[in-house]
Amino acid sequence: MNPLEPRRALVREKIQENRETYSLTLSLADHDHFSYRPGQFNMLGLPGMGEAPFSFSSLHLERGRFTHTIREAGSLTRSICQLAAGDILSIRGPYGNEWPLEKAKGRHLIIVGGGIGIAPLRPVIRHALGNGEEYGRLYFLLGARTEDDLLFREEFEKLTAGRDGTLLMTVDRGEKKELSHIREGLVTALLDEIDVDPEESITFTCGPELMMRFVARQLIQMGQDPYDIFVSMERRMKCGIAHCGHCQIGAMYVCKDGPIFPYGDIKRFADTML
Amino acid sequence: MKMVKLQKKNLNAFLAGLEKFGDLHGPVRRDTNDFAFQKVDAPEQIAHDCLRTILPPKKYFTKPVDTMFTFSEAEGYRAPDKDLHTKIILFGVHPCDIHGIKILDLVFGGQYRDEYYFARRRNAIVVGLDCMPDEYCFCRSTGTDFTEDGFDLFLSDIGSSYLVRVGTSLGDDIVLETSTLFQEIGDTDRRAYKRRSAQRINSFEVEIHLEDLPEIMDLEYESRIWQELGDKCLSCGTCSMVCPTCYCYDVVDQLNLDAKSGSRLRRWDSCLFKDYALVAGGHNFRADRGSRIKNRYFHKQRGFVAQFGRPSCVGCGRCIVSCPAAISLVDVLTKLRSRGNE
Repeated sequence: MNPLEPRRALVREKIQENRETYSLTLSLADHDHFSYRPGQFNMLGLPGMGEAPFSFSSLHLERGRFTHTIREAGSLTRSICQLAAGDILSIRGPYGNEWPLEKAKGRHLIIVGGGIGIAPLRPVIRHALGNGEEYGRLYFLLGARTEDDLLFREEFEKLTAGRDGTLLMTVDRGEKKELSHIREGLVTALLDEIDVDPEESITFTCGPELMMRFVARQLIQMGQDPYDIFVSMERRMKCGIAHCGHCQIGAMYVCKDGPIFPYGDIKRFADTML
Repeated sequence: MKMVKLQKKNLNAFLAGLEKFGDLHGPVRRDTNDFAFQKVDAPEQIAHDCLRTILPPKKYFTKPVDTMFTFSEAEGYRAPDKDLHTKIILFGVHPCDIHGIKILDLVFGGQYRDEYYFARRRNAIVVGLDCMPDEYCFCRSTGTDFTEDGFDLFLSDIGSSYLVRVGTSLGDDIVLETSTLFQEIGDTDRRAYKRRSAQRINSFEVEIHLEDLPEIMDLEYESRIWQELGDKCLSCGTCSMVCPTCYCYDVVDQLNLDAKSGSRLRRWDSCLFKDYALVAGGHNFRADRGSRIKNRYFHKQRGFVAQFGRPSCVGCGRCIVSCPAAISLVDVLTKLRSRGNE
């Protein structure tokens, strides 16, 4: 089998999340076997536009369907976001590793997302809220440029209402002063609100590398082990199968050894901003 | 390993007799000191004095520009069938280049196999040929001056004859097919081979030490040498193109005029190119040349060791010969070791 040969995926549903972000729910056109784990990614593409990696934003398959949440950032993403239900795009995957949910069992779970980086965390947020008994306290700390950029805000507010999970959100620029639960400032400021022992916690974070750097450094200062902090990395990728070279960081391929790395492993590499 | 003897005067007859096994390719003189692997119509065209071709044999297995798929609305993505199954005999491959191919086998194998690469590998017969190092060769330092496998036949110069090592059953078939040209090796041949081997070992002018290089590189990660190299480097990517083990590729779609059908091509890429680590949104993880050249050295000499247990440099000297900015890998590695001890 040629691993570079794309399969066909059918757009089942498209939801506009904000002015530049869309969630596309897809299913495989050939209905052949497909399964994935939260944290993995697919190479999505269009003829003439090439392919790029996108994480899953859905927790698991539902009637063979899964979701990617995509921000318009270049020509391929703009074209994908213009697709409508019934349209076809190409797909390869799933590739990469998964969020280490097993490792988090019996511990407090701190999830820190920034901007479009909230999308790959959505499946673990949903999983944690659906399986609250398996974890200690749950913290969901989300940051974005503006309120509009806080992806899945209403969904998370609904899911956490009356539950154990603590949802805290922050924006760089506040637009409505009356919002008491959305702060203005950096997502790292929210880490001060954590009142569990970081040594008994595990952290999953995804967002701009600079954000992840400050999140990780602050958590380490608070006592968390660098190997209990997991970051999801973004790199240019052409193949997704550890051949084309573009996503290398040191000896590691983000596509094969990642995209999720223990902070302790990846912080040594100067090609990152970690 | 089976060994036989082929008189030099019979070499061309031997090569001419290989027709049924595939098209004959070998190094051909392009200019006074420039050689290139190419298809030959007659064995006489092959330059037996070629030490170093401009491009390594990787060009046969992972092409500079390769059509991965043609696509159309009606047919989807289709991998081209032709051009993957042409049988070739690659004659005159030196040990460093055979090691280069073996390294690419590792990279393109593994969990996901590159079907294009291995289809072409399966259809290539490799006939190795030994060589005498020049002032750029450092394959002895990289442990790639000799190879025990990776070839179907390997010819070593022992004076008026070649000692022929048979590496595969296909190589044995070839010998059997042209058996009248081969002889058994005798005592004088054995002595000649050992003499030649000793002479070759003593001919290396360049030596680098790789033993603890990964550790030295880690220690020198912040060295100012990388910025100095970045100031010299033109980011032209020539070193990657001529490297037997540089395998990175870029993928581009080419649309036909109907704007619906077209081809998905891949082409050799280089981590020295400016947009290599550029991501959507405009961030470039290696925007300056110093960080890019550092990445190249680290991948060859450090990262690859962590991944596959050996550096991916085979000591062929091509990057040194070809660099328009006169950057020499041997000088860089020597400097890295000596820095701080000056």
